[in-house]
Amino acid sequence: MNQKLQVSASPHTRGMMTTGKIMTMVTAALLPACVMGVLAFGMHALLVLVFSTASAVAAEYCYEKLLHKSITVRDGSAVVTGLLIGMNMPPQIDLWIPCLGSVFAIVVIKQLYGGLGKNFMNPALGARCFLLISFSSRMTTFSEGKGLWKLVTQVPATTDALSGATPLAYLKTGACFDLKALLIGNHMGCIGEVSAAALLAGGLILLAMKVIRIRIPGSYLGCFAILTLITALVRGYDAPLLYTLQQLCAGGLMLGAWFMATDYVTSPITAMGQIVFGCALGFLTWVFRLIGSGTEGVSYSIIFMNLLVPVIERYTRPVAAGMVRQNRENKRLMRQKKREARRLKAGGGKKEKDT
Amino acid sequence: MSRKNPGELIDPYRKKKRFDLSRYIYLRKDSFQERVVNGIYFENPVFMLALGMCPTLATTTSVTNAIGMGLSTTAILMMSNLFISLLRNIIPERMRMPSYIVIIASFVTIVDFLMQGFLPQMYESLGVYIPLIVVNCIIMGRAEAYAGKHGPLSSIADGAGMGLGFTGALILVAAVRELLGNGTLAGYRVMPQFYEPINIFVLAPGAFLVLALFVAIMNRLRIGAARREDEWDPTGKFVCGDCRTCPRVKGCGGKPAIEAAGSSQEGRR
Repeated sequence: MNQKLQVSASPHTRGMMTTGKIMTMVTAALLPACVMGVLAFGMHALLVLVFSTASAVAAEYCYEKLLHKSITVRDGSAVVTGLLIGMNMPPQIDLWIPCLGSVFAIVVIKQLYGGLGKNFMNPALGARCFLLISFSSRMTTFSEGKGLWKLVTQVPATTDALSGATPLAYLKTGACFDLKALLIGNHMGCIGEVSAAALLAGGLILLAMKVIRIRIPGSYLGCFAILTLITALVRGYDAPLLYTLQQLCAGGLMLGAWFMATDYVTSPITAMGQIVFGCALGFLTWVFRLIGSGTEGVSYSIIFMNLLVPVIERYTRPVAAGMVRQNRENKRLMRQKKREARRLKAGGGKKEKDT
Repeated sequence: MSRKNPGELIDPYRKKKRFDLSRYIYLRKDSFQERVVNGIYFENPVFMLALGMCPTLATTTSVTNAIGMGLSTTAILMMSNLFISLLRNIIPERMRMPSYIVIIASFVTIVDFLMQGFLPQMYESLGVYIPLIVVNCIIMGRAEAYAGKHGPLSSIADGAGMGLGFTGALILVAAVRELLGNGTLAGYRVMPQFYEPINIFVLAPGAFLVLALFVAIMNRLRIGAARREDEWDPTGKFVCGDCRTCPRVKGCGGKPAIEAAGSSQEGRR
């Protein structure tokens, strides 16, 4: 009773969701994909994940300690950033590269702009692009899986793929890959991207826990799938539906759509804005993957749209209850003025000229 | 708390000056030294005025390029400043922009040809950025802000100061970019063999990153000094404010004593 009568400044009610809880849930939802990645690629993949996460947390702690800021390591956002960076690495990468990426993400992209909530770009993706541009050959050579899948399963159809190109490079030519391999992660690729099924499961967990909404991933994947299906039909690939499904499951699309595009800080707030954001992402990814010369474009398209979020927000701002939309009101006024001007011209145009 | 002089107002936020350079160095306004110091530090064209961003971002891929670009800009800046200053009373007010451009363009053409003739390699690597000096904001800006209003000698000095400031800024940015992005400095390998160059620094994004870093450092220096109120004003004379007991009453020719009152407590010689 005593507590209820206390007087304090707003906010008076708080939700149960704290940043720490959200980040814990996101980490938990990422874990299945990490496990699949480690199963596919062996212990070095695990080391990459551990190192990138640890260095992200350490970078955050050191930066805030050095600049005498409050330490925000406990909210877990650095863990998610580090884990995402690790998941975006090829499995055989030298350990210092993910560490460098984590430090860049935390210090340059997140903290220099004021910390969590003020970064204009997803830190993990920014770091991925930084590394991709800096060490392009290292970042795009993928080793064969050395993990459990190699021992357990023998997929004859993909032996070629295992020693050669990534599934996306396969799909680029219009040929179909093996959908089962894409789902369980028995192919080449980044650590966290190999198993589409695990990523999907993680995304659905987040959806069920109401951490994210369906709008962004739904519109992203939907838009991309429709465009890809149309392209496949137009270009006359055999089995266009299967091709679309494999495009959805291959590469970083699942990871990007469920875990990176939905970052609260760098995505629009309103429902309309989120749908526009998702559709634009789908369109851009389609352009990068199927029209452009590259094979992968998820990270670039998400970063690009992150930069456009303020514009989207500007045009999708909801109107306060009882107010008239400013734009429409202005247009109405303009029309009225024009009408009046026309009437004046018709009625007293000559008089005006004389004076 | 008891005060010694109850009538005197004490600003509680005023901190003691740590080190007052104007006690030791005084530069006459519009003198050669003052213009150079001004161009290099106080009004550094790149870091302070944010002028000439395009060559700064584009030609700082290596220290050699930066030196070439900076020095050619300096030469053009000095010459155009001199001629604009000489012609400042002849050029009509309305026609000043086109006249300035004609003067600048002729010097750019001279430098362009000289470079093509004597430094072909540098000319190749700088490419279009030498002709583009014509529309460099620094040169136009100095013509408009300084050379059009001041005498020829101080205008040359201003051009030299601004040019050196520009060159210095380019070299700083280029040194960091080349060192991180290529492991070399002016073409010589500096970093140890195991160092793997971070390519992004010699590409466009790296230019923005490094430039932002330097602007942040400069802002920190100047805004920090302004906040502590110990920013060095090279044209400001040191006034001790102790005029009542001073043998050379008002001989210092300094600012009024009121301005120096705040520093009168610690400013005694």
